[in-house]
Amino acid sequence: MAGKTLYDKIWDAHVVRHNADGSVLLYIDRHLVHEVTSPQAFEGLRLAGRNLWRRSAVLAVADHNVPTTDRSAGIVDPVSRLQVQTLAANCRDFDITLFDMDDIRQGIVHVIGPEQGATLPGMTVVCGDSHTSTHGALGCLAFGIGTSEVEHVLATQTVVQHKAKTMLISVDGQVGPGVSAKDIILHIIGEIGTAGGTGYAIEFAGDAIRALSVEGRMTVCNMAIEAGARCGMVAVDDKTIEYVKGRPYAPKGELWDKAVAYWKTLHSDPDARFDKAVRIDAASIQPQVSWGTSPEMVAPVNGRVPDPAAETDPVKQRSVERALEYMGLEPGMPITEIKVDKVFIGSCTTSRIEDLRAAAAVIKGRRKADNVKQVLVVPGSGLVKRQAEEEGLHKIFIEAGFEWREPGCSMCLAMNADRLEPGERCASTSNRNFEGRQGQGGRTHLVSPAMAAAAAIAGHFVDVRNF
Amino acid sequence: MRAFTTLHGLVAPLDRANVDTDAIIPKQFLKSIKRTGFGPNLFDEWRYLDPWEPGVDNAKRRPNPDFVLNQPRYQGAEILLARQNFGCGSSREHAPWALADYGFRALIAPSFADIFYNNCTKNGLLPIVLSEEQVDQLFRETEATEGYRLYIDLPAQTVTTPSSEVFRFEIDEFRKHCLVNGLDEIGLTLEHADAIRAYEERRRQEAPWLFEA
Ligand code: SF4
Repeated sequence: MAGKTLYDKIWDAHVVRHNADGSVLLYIDRHLVHEVTSPQAFEGLRLAGRNLWRRSAVLAVADHNVPTTDRSAGIVDPVSRLQVQTLAANCRDFDITLFDMDDIRQGIVHVIGPEQGATLPGMTVVCGDSHTSTHGALGCLAFGIGTSEVEHVLATQTVVQHKAKTMLISVDGQVGPGVSAKDIILHIIGEIGTAGGTGYAIEFAGDAIRALSVEGRMTVCNMAIEAGARCGMVAVDDKTIEYVKGRPYAPKGELWDKAVAYWKTLHSDPDARFDKAVRIDAASIQPQVSWGTSPEMVAPVNGRVPDPAAETDPVKQRSVERALEYMGLEPGMPITEIKVDKVFIGSCTTSRIEDLRAAAAVIKGRRKADNVKQVLVVPGSGLVKRQAEEEGLHKIFIEAGFEWREPGCSMCLAMNADRLEPGERCASTSNRNFEGRQGQGGRTHLVSPAMAAAAAIAGHFVDVRNF
Repeated sequence: MRAFTTLHGLVAPLDRANVDTDAIIPKQFLKSIKRTGFGPNLFDEWRYLDPWEPGVDNAKRRPNPDFVLNQPRYQGAEILLARQNFGCGSSREHAPWALADYGFRALIAPSFADIFYNNCTKNGLLPIVLSEEQVDQLFRETEATEGYRLYIDLPAQTVTTPSSEVFRFEIDEFRKHCLVNGLDEIGLTLEHADAIRAYEERRRQEAPWLFEA
């Protein structure tokens, strides 16, 4: 019999029962909750007179709607304020731990889970948010769910799931200097496409993935969803265990030893069979810049915007044309000639301490270009913010003319006041470049934190490797 | 979920094909934090003469007298009679929430959009598919007779007219079981509560660190 994949191992350990139609009832170890997708779920519980199955498995935080400027003024937009207040009331009523807006531990739900040790190797983790795939970097099975499923998990601690197919993406060899985790995942999506992972659970492996820190692996798994997969994961190694050690929710003492012994088994067996395997040559990966309105529309920074005339497939040709029109770009122009109006460094993809360090290292002692109207640096959590300030990173940002903000989702989806105006062009470290994502008519280019910071200084995209 | 066994309800006829979910409940109402309270905005753009604005009191808006649900004879209707492809468009669960919140318990049409049909049965709303001819007949009779009521018997899968004419309808066994017993997916899963507890017990032995606190 063939060995098991990492996905199989975690899946099998969580099956409560098999249903007649081939689905299973899957047990959930950790349920993260935020303000946007939970209110109807709590209301449903109340209407049905149901209680939580296991309150200690739930952790809540407000992130999507919170302001990133001075918090003492509260939330100005009444709809946003009501969503955040409703979350607080629900957490009170159901006795759920909540990191509210004034808590130093508050931050983007996918940053705080690992940071607190609330998401651990081998767990099943869900959240009413598609970027839950992020947590898979710790060697757990993590995926986003809808509001009805949020209610289902609150009431039963399980979800009804069909097993996914498995895909191994192996990034072999080492990336060159100046190439980050974000470039790796953008490159992968450029290769396999945004539907490449549909129906699959992706395991990221290979030397280049092993060489990443756990935070870098989170950046990669975060965007598994942009590659079409509901979850991405990386096998546990010493780095994973080192990362988890000492975090508030992580096991201690005897339980720690027991946990570690189990976690060391969390890798695909050498003879495990995957439904699909993809190999990527790490050395070929360049710093990436997205030029279009889908995350697969990427190019190396020293490349050019594509020319639709060179496309032979008429469907692709039309989609390139439409994207270039929306983005206001000329066919064939060099990527480095694209000027930016705003820069956003943040989001659950890249807002951890390493990301901020990488951005700060590029700009130290320099100032943003005059044509760049605004640069937002939004740390992923209150603790990331504090750490950055202890290291003096905030001073480097402020001296460069960047704005140092409070933690939250911010301009990643523009649900709060941080957004692009129609036609504005942004170098963004977030994960989605869909039309209007960062504000109606806004134009988003996805890049790494170092590339975003360099663009802020130069006023246009530049190759961070010779900057 | 509210159980559905039998219903003797007043019928309201909505004589339009391809009614989409945006017509059922327009997108500006999706920011709500509730799944109840959508009733006053059901069919909002057809129902009122003045457009909705944030903060407006629906009771103070002028109802469109031509819209069928605003006619006095259809007040208190529990069965909505509709045309083909009812509920097409987005997957928003707000559409069945709005219909149920208004007071509808069953819908009759020659066909429904897939996702909408699913969402209805998850929310205690019974969608009944009858033939074009049967639906035509029901439209004629409803419009001709004030106070027209139908008797729906889900266990028997029948719709009975006031003149005792009986129409049979199809529904899959699983959905019927859920509706008749008022079981939503959560209710169904909770039928396996013992299995979940047994799993937790076993898991607590294997991986005790997952059950701290
Ligand atoms: S940072 Fe962006 S992608 Fe991440 S959870 Fe917030 S809104 Fe979603």
